[in-house]
Amino acid sequence: MDEQVNQKAEDVAANDFQEKVLNSDKPVLVDFWAEWCMPCLMMAPVLDDVAREMSDKVTVLKLNTESEGSREWAIKYDIRSIPNMKLFHKGEVVHEFIGFRPKEVFQQELEEALNKIA
Amino acid sequence: MRNVIIIGSGPAGLTAAIYTSRANLQPLVIAGQSFGGQLMNTTDVENYPGFPEGIMGPEMMQKFIKQAERFGSEMMYKDVTKVELSDDSKKVWVGDEMFEAKAVIIATGAEPKKLGLDSEEKYWGKGVSSCATCDGAFYRDKVVSVVGGGDSAAEEALFLTRFASKVYMIVRKDELRASKIMQDRVMENEKIEVLWNREVKEVLGDENVVTGLKLYDNKNDAEKNIELQGMFLGIGHMPKSEIFQGQITSNDNGYLEVVNGTYSNVDGVFIAGDVNDERYRQAVTASGSGCMAAIDAERWLEAQGN
Repeated sequence: MDEQVNQKAEDVAANDFQEKVLNSDKPVLVDFWAEWCMPCLMMAPVLDDVAREMSDKVTVLKLNTESEGSREWAIKYDIRSIPNMKLFHKGEVVHEFIGFRPKEVFQQELEEALNKIA
Repeated sequence: MRNVIIIGSGPAGLTAAIYTSRANLQPLVIAGQSFGGQLMNTTDVENYPGFPEGIMGPEMMQKFIKQAERFGSEMMYKDVTKVELSDDSKKVWVGDEMFEAKAVIIATGAEPKKLGLDSEEKYWGKGVSSCATCDGAFYRDKVVSVVGGGDSAAEEALFLTRFASKVYMIVRKDELRASKIMQDRVMENEKIEVLWNREVKEVLGDENVVTGLKLYDNKNDAEKNIELQGMFLGIGHMPKSEIFQGQITSNDNGYLEVVNGTYSNVDGVFIAGDVNDERYRQAVTASGSGCMAAIDAERWLEAQGN
């Protein structure tokens, strides 16, 4: 089975946020989402595609804002509206996306943001 | 040249797409980046016939899209930037790309009205919202406000009391426009405080999120700041008709006008849904007028010898 093909945006637990997001050498895109948020559910397949197609440049992780311990991260990063996707590089937020975007538009904006930090 | 281009992808545009695609007209639906219309910001839709248990607004719109695609509608998730509708060949631009069709159905809908403040734009999604059902949960134990005094503002305020510790309703006059039953619910709710005769002058923030509002008291001609974390808009809707102004006639509020069913003032251009409808503004009425526009367009094309 080809590992690349099955790669998806993975969940990150609040406990692992420091390690997997803030301490990562590679840029990390974090999707703050919740199950009751319909635009978030529509964003999910887009993020899975991006996770797969851009895996050489960025790691895509999902933080469920209703999951245990996640509220403090949502508060720390002033989440007021979801889906809210933040691009982290060396522990800092370098770009954010608020609200649903179609794949083409999202990917282009993400490429541009990644090019700036490259 | 295409037969028909449909601009918009709420219930009106997608119903027009279902009908025109079933009639083999192979419509191009320019759905917009934020497709699906206002139902994308709702939760349960309980008044659309055929869904006895109710259905989530976004899920319903995905079903509409599927149904339109089933009969050959082509979807494009981009925004129309310019139109030129006067010729026999009607031109629609999406950035640098141009598409031509014999007929155009305009179903761009309406959107929540904004106050028009720079500070409101600056803090959009960062404390300023037009969707309590989407964003309310992030205001647990926080102080929020709802601007407006109608039914939808009252509904938002009541919804927000589930999460917020306090909800201010900011009302320009000394009375609520909301229905009697909603007024009673607002007045009875201990978490809601109505601030009468107030207007929002500025959204205050710390560069990152909203921290308060500058309010003008129009009765006492005084200004005062209040501290809070969220401002929700409930001041009504406005039609998304800007790119058609000067070509399609509209009323004083910008709503595009129809004559004889869904015909506009321009031959071959038809209008459906909330962009024309100030009065009913329902998913089912938008769908109905989308169907009417499709049938009008189909017959008009036939009459052109299509």
